[in-house]
Amino acid sequence: MSTPGTPGTPAATGTAEIQVRDLHKSFGDNQVLKGIDLEIRQGEVVCVIGPSGSGKSTLLRCVNLLEEPTRGQVFVGGTEVTDPDVDIDAVRRRIGMVFQQFNLFPHLSVTENLTLPQRRVLRRDKATAARIAAENLARVGLSEKADAYPSSLSGGQQQRVAIARSLAMGPEVMLFDEPTSALDPELVGDVLAVMRMLADEGMTMMVVTHEMTFAREVADRVVFMDGGVIVEEGAPARVIGDPQHERTRHFLSRLLDPAMAEVEEETSDQVGGTER
Amino acid sequence: MADTDVRLRPRKKGLTRSQKRRLSRGVQYAVFVAAVIAVAVTADWGRLQNQFAQPDIARQMFPDVLTLALKNTVLYTVSGFVLGVALGLVVALMRLSSVGPYRWVASVYIEVFRGLPALLIFVFIAVAVPLAFPGTEIPGGTYGKAALGLGLIGAAYMAETFRAGIQAVPKGQMEAARSLGFSPARAMVSIIIPQAFRIILPPLTNEFIMLFKDSSLVLLLGVTLEERELSKFGRDLASTTANSTPILVAGLCYLLVTIPLGFVVRRMEAKAQEAVK
Ligand SMILES: Nc1ncnc2c1ncn2[C@@H]1O[C@H](COP(=O)(O)OP(=O)(O)OP(=O)(O)O)[C@@H](O)[C@H]1O
Ligand SMILES: [Mg+2]
Repeated sequence: MSTPGTPGTPAATGTAEIQVRDLHKSFGDNQVLKGIDLEIRQGEVVCVIGPSGSGKSTLLRCVNLLEEPTRGQVFVGGTEVTDPDVDIDAVRRRIGMVFQQFNLFPHLSVTENLTLPQRRVLRRDKATAARIAAENLARVGLSEKADAYPSSLSGGQQQRVAIARSLAMGPEVMLFDEPTSALDPELVGDVLAVMRMLADEGMTMMVVTHEMTFAREVADRVVFMDGGVIVEEGAPARVIGDPQHERTRHFLSRLLDPAMAEVEEETSDQVGGTER
Repeated sequence: MADTDVRLRPRKKGLTRSQKRRLSRGVQYAVFVAAVIAVAVTADWGRLQNQFAQPDIARQMFPDVLTLALKNTVLYTVSGFVLGVALGLVVALMRLSSVGPYRWVASVYIEVFRGLPALLIFVFIAVAVPLAFPGTEIPGGTYGKAALGLGLIGAAYMAETFRAGIQAVPKGQMEAARSLGFSPARAMVSIIIPQAFRIILPPLTNEFIMLFKDSSLVLLLGVTLEERELSKFGRDLASTTANSTPILVAGLCYLLVTIPLGFVVRRMEAKAQEAVK
């Protein structure tokens, strides 16, 4: 693995819940992932950060095979997801996924959003599905919205329902793809609070996010991606607080102070462009 | 004419915008009034009334025009529509399939059955099918044949409507369903198609109206007295009474159904428009 400056993650403690080996993914000629190796242990919270287009979403989507990898292997809980003979629907039941755009089913009420997948996929009986739906709505603090329709909820509430919908399936792992990026700033906190609660309960989580405070406070490990490779990974205090790579530093400075970054870019453009 | 010229002369650049608008509207009203007068003068009202509005003949049509003819029209249309929805859904899914031959068959089907006149399809069912497959009977007699003809036509139109509806459901819906462990087929049935149905309810209703009118072609199948629908019923009575009043009454019966349905469609479309905002 070409990640110098990374403190070797203690692979001895805990079993690997997600293992990614030499993962490549291309869309036509566009090479998006160029050899990703990553291991996430049970109960670990890993935040993936990086600039737009670096392949974060693609990596996450390869883990539950929403995208088919071009090369390499992915294991979830010991099952090889990339094995052509694996029952992918059975594997996906063990992996929850939360999307930037929530993707609630708009033709179903909040409760039905939670019960229908349980009934159809897990074949739970009506009463059990309803009980588990109610429990999980309570966990995300939305019991009073049980009969509402998604369109009547705020973005933050919709995202919490989406998390509850995943949780009701009893997943071993939760994947989050920028869960707060589509939200008004004042609604971000509620969603992050739910994610924090999950982390405290010991859920294995892989979170693509631009929320550095969340990454710093909740993540066990931060992975910085750029150009389809993992540039740097390690404890949040190291990767965010004391980045070893120029690309990481550049990304973080842009994120923390966009105005500064623009000035920086202009000057570097001039230097690179016309010599006077 | 001269009057307008006088008023116009001072303005060298021509008419102002409001003048133009007024002039245009004036011309339109004038044409309309002229047309109405022309029709009123040239038409022979006495004969028209004799031919199309004989109360005695109209009265004689009831209640059969409703209990038999309209009932049969509705029956043919509904059974054709149900078959069309089922077949159309299959064709739409084939059209969206990743398996090439399915897509080709679906495309050919849609092009052929949208491209042929409905009348030819009914002639085919009445004449060609019994010749080509001797001994095979389409189940249900006239009702089965009518459902088949209307279903084949309706399916071609509805397949395209379904395809558009399915594609209008955001991609994230399928992804969310798949990531919850739904198989593609189950996701299609419980998540995608119910949403697509809502989107396409207005065009689907329009296709029902189309089939309702096309059901008049059932007369080509050679029907018994009991199997007659509105058009055949009206025509038969028109020839026995040597008067066209039955045609007018039959026509009004069609409008009795199509106008309210058209109204419902516009209501649904307006509502959908509102929901988008
Ligand atoms: N389905 C697809 N078809 C073709 N190209 C794709 C597809 N999905 C992603 N890409 C390309 O892959 C590259 C990486 O995309 P990806 O969404 O993984 O980036 P990201 O790191 O998640 O960025 P962002 O922060 O903007 O979400 C982009 O260049 C994108 O255009
Ligand atoms: Mg992304």
